[in-house]
Amino acid sequence: MFYGVELSSRLLLGTARYPSPAVLERAIKASGAEVVTVSLRREGGNTRSGQSFWQFIQSLGLRVLPNTAGCHSVKEAVTTAHMARELFDTPWIKLEVIGDADTLQPDVFGLVEAARILAQDGFAVFPYTTEDLVVADRLVEAGCRVLMPWGAPIGSARGLNNVYGLKSLRAHFPDIPLVVDAGLGVPSHAAAAMELGYDAVLLNTAVAEAGDPVEMARAFALAVEAGRAAHLARPLEPRDMAQPSTPVIGKAVLGGV
Amino acid sequence: MAKPTTIVIGAGVAGLACALELAERGLAVEVVERGRVLGEGACSWMAGGMLAPWCERATTEPKVAEWGAPSIAWWVERFPDTVRQGSLVVAQPRDLPDLTRFAQRTERFEWLDVDGIAAREPDLSGRFRRALFFPGEAHLDPRRALAMLAQRLRDRGVAIRFGVELALQDARADVVVDCRGLAARDALPDLRGVRGEMVVVRAPDVSLQRPVRMLHPRIPLYIVPRGNGLFMIGATMIESERRGPVSVRSAVELLNAAYALHPAFGEAEIVELGADLRPAFPDNLPDVRRSGHVLHANGLFRHGFLLAPALARRTADAALSMLQPETNHADLPERRRA
Repeated sequence: MFYGVELSSRLLLGTARYPSPAVLERAIKASGAEVVTVSLRREGGNTRSGQSFWQFIQSLGLRVLPNTAGCHSVKEAVTTAHMARELFDTPWIKLEVIGDADTLQPDVFGLVEAARILAQDGFAVFPYTTEDLVVADRLVEAGCRVLMPWGAPIGSARGLNNVYGLKSLRAHFPDIPLVVDAGLGVPSHAAAAMELGYDAVLLNTAVAEAGDPVEMARAFALAVEAGRAAHLARPLEPRDMAQPSTPVIGKAVLGGV
Repeated sequence: MAKPTTIVIGAGVAGLACALELAERGLAVEVVERGRVLGEGACSWMAGGMLAPWCERATTEPKVAEWGAPSIAWWVERFPDTVRQGSLVVAQPRDLPDLTRFAQRTERFEWLDVDGIAAREPDLSGRFRRALFFPGEAHLDPRRALAMLAQRLRDRGVAIRFGVELALQDARADVVVDCRGLAARDALPDLRGVRGEMVVVRAPDVSLQRPVRMLHPRIPLYIVPRGNGLFMIGATMIESERRGPVSVRSAVELLNAAYALHPAFGEAEIVELGADLRPAFPDNLPDVRRSGHVLHANGLFRHGFLLAPALARRTADAALSMLQPETNHADLPERRRA
């Protein structure tokens, strides 16, 4: 449940870097995603000129989550969010404030500031953040009702770098929808995130730059479903000792009669 | 019987290649172009001019390689200055996984080590540990190649009328070939523009024999030697239809990459900054669509020079079957050669 909207698919898909819009469309269908992210700055510069691509995205009939990818300051991010709201007619915004151009690591200080400004202005903010607990607290306090910690840096395909941190975030915010955003490389990463009890995953490069994006989209959809089902089925905790699945004490001993 | 008449609208690489293919197959052709001189308003003027069907496999559908591979011979035959020296793909040490991935997705290459790189590109000696070499690929200077196509058309008596804006419905010909690129979106609603930006620098201290691609997770780019110390650095790919000059961000990224390839690019002079929109269909593949007596040949995307010959062949096939539906074209010698 994101800002009052119930979705049946727990996979959110980015729309950048596909071989073509036609492949993108097939990949989205295969993924079953109901929400797609669109970058305004990357695709449009500072003007409203990414029109054809945006119209194409809108023609897919999905819920659009515009993002502020490529914004390095609070001001840029806020301006881009306003442009997005007007263009796509949605209060949803995936908020990215980039702190480091090389790793695309979020600037969490700017993020909290921008989130507060946008939340006060009626935006439904989806902040792209680290797994830092205190930053997450500040974001919630600033008005965010969804948190999107990274698994690993954008496009790195490393999976969940800090499973412990993501776990404690989940434990700390049982009622805030949590989405692992960025860094996933293969479907097992997505399944792992869902097994931790995350509500959804958001990914782009892992599908867009796969040899066969459509097939990879399908694989991720299956993994997300598997991971979610596993979480609901309450998985075992790892333990140090072996635990025989059949008791041995008191077992009838056959033979030798 | 009078020769059937075709008019080609647009004198970018698509229009000129189509016109030449039609003329070579014996049709009377005329070309009209709204630009006043060759290249004006044509996005092919800004092209990289790489004929790299196998490298392109890294990010495109197999059809690009299939259609693009024969175009190297097409260009060599018509533009003898086409350079067949292959192409090189390198990556900074931290991006080496990208090189492996590039190799997994492409074909017809060989791995080079430090010595192999030094042997092929002495100026890159010691700068990269590994590289991929695609020996079958080629490159050309797009502006000189366009001029050569125009010259070949004139040699065949084909008029190219510049500065003429001809609407489709006003074109009087048996077959009208619409090669207007993005300007044809009035007739092709699913055509979109994809912005590309490029820089030309003069770096007399650097010598490269072939295009070099440098992989980078966010800004992959290439440097194409143009001779006389000139290099074209390209090209961004932005899903935007903004026209207008190169952004600072793009210029910085393009120049930075050149500098990372070789520090001597730091001393280079910036000769030109250019930007334009490439026409693309949703599948990013070119197409020939017929409507009445009009053939729309469009959607070359970032593969103008690589795929124009294939587009021209398909256009000429379609034009011939419209003009001579009763003829078995397989018997035409021109067709066999094509």
